[in-house]
Amino acid sequence: MSNSSSSFLKSSLGKKFIMGFTGLFLISFLVVHVCINACIYFNDNGETFNMAAGFMANNIIIKVVEVGLFLGIIAHIVQALVISMHNSKARPQKYAVQNQAVSSKWYSRSMGLLGTLLLMFLIVHLANFWVPTKLALYGENAKFVGYNVPDGFAGMKENPFEALKTVFANPIIVTVYLLGLVSLFYHLLHGFQSAFQSFGLNHKNYTPFIKSLGFWYSLLICLLFASMPITLFLGLIK
Amino acid sequence: MSHGNMNLTLKIWRQNSGSEPGQLVTYPVKDISPDMSFLEMFDVLNEQLVAKNESPIVFDHDCREGICGMCSMVINGRAHGPKTGITTCQLHMRSFKDGDTIVVEPWRAQAFPVIKDLTVDRSSFERIQAKGGFISVNTGTAQDANCLPIPKDDADASFNAAACIGCGACVATCKNASAMLFVAAKVSQFALLPQGKVEATTRVKNMVAQMDAEGFGSCTNTSACEVECPKGISLENIARMNREYLVANCVD
Repeated sequence: MSNSSSSFLKSSLGKKFIMGFTGLFLISFLVVHVCINACIYFNDNGETFNMAAGFMANNIIIKVVEVGLFLGIIAHIVQALVISMHNSKARPQKYAVQNQAVSSKWYSRSMGLLGTLLLMFLIVHLANFWVPTKLALYGENAKFVGYNVPDGFAGMKENPFEALKTVFANPIIVTVYLLGLVSLFYHLLHGFQSAFQSFGLNHKNYTPFIKSLGFWYSLLICLLFASMPITLFLGLIK
Repeated sequence: MSHGNMNLTLKIWRQNSGSEPGQLVTYPVKDISPDMSFLEMFDVLNEQLVAKNESPIVFDHDCREGICGMCSMVINGRAHGPKTGITTCQLHMRSFKDGDTIVVEPWRAQAFPVIKDLTVDRSSFERIQAKGGFISVNTGTAQDANCLPIPKDDADASFNAAACIGCGACVATCKNASAMLFVAAKVSQFALLPQGKVEATTRVKNMVAQMDAEGFGSCTNTSACEVECPKGISLENIARMNREYLVANCVD
């Protein structure tokens, strides 16, 4: 088994299995994330949201899962790079003319590009919220590395909802978030059902269900995420 | 020019050998009947080239009835041309219009090196097959009918997988030049039958290892291969191989 499992993970099929597995793990995280976000719709001046955000920031189990989440993201990215590098060698001489649109969807061929856009978005997103939250929580250490918590983030610890409103008052940031979510939508649209195919789950009875579940999941998750910067920017949520 | 005949401009990949660089060369062809097959149009062009003392275009072809899988051509960016479910020899010139420019290239993949012009070396497929695409147990003389019960659906699915002619259109079409559909078809045709189950785990492991060693890319589930496959091999076969491979690595 030990010999077998290492050859499994090194094989092209095993690598896709890891992509699917980490992908579905990240997909499950998005559900948690969007539920926390949706707490702003209690419209209670961020009280419920702050409670949920506080739980996420301080609960020890969540902190452990957070490490797993970062490992999952890193594994997904590293595996994608390994697969892409292997794939780029598979066709050294390109076609002069290639009509790919008739046989496959553009987003299924652009997972690497969409993933790169998502990574760029993720860096912006972490810099907007995750880093300031950690700095606010462990603020004294922040001065040590010469980082000054920017205006609006100082209250991240006590009132993350206020910090949220500050970030989404900026139309440029709202636009970046919406573009990031468009990338996420198409990445999920292919990724969700693709993971099941990589696991070997393709059946005439269940695959149509998995595909429509993937579509509705991608659409709903992205619309819910998008609603947050939009409603806060327009001041619909107090 | 008789009624309905066409004048076309062909841009065809010419390459003397795998070690030399190739290029697209333009050839005008005149008075092409819409009832000709695409390969017959090539025959006409080659006769003209020979008459002019030029080297004819080398292309693979054998049965010319859609079952040998030799006629590997990417025509205007699609394997076997603009129609689905057919090989190049089954493509007729009525699929084109008078005055069209048609670009013809060989299959492009690291694992399919060009031999000359439009002919590529597909022996990588043979080497994958040789790693397990067969049954080596002695099954004895043919049994009486129904001694070995096989569900009709399994027999049909196995037969559909066995319809693969190993043409390589899946590889040519795939953005990653992946051979998954071919290998999956060859694994599936045995995986579905009791005779194939005896060697199922070693078969899938060895064939996948050879596929990776040949330098084919990996599957990213775009399903383009399924669309361009002349024999309609289904993506379900790829899922079946993923399953077989996972199980094989768990139990063996």
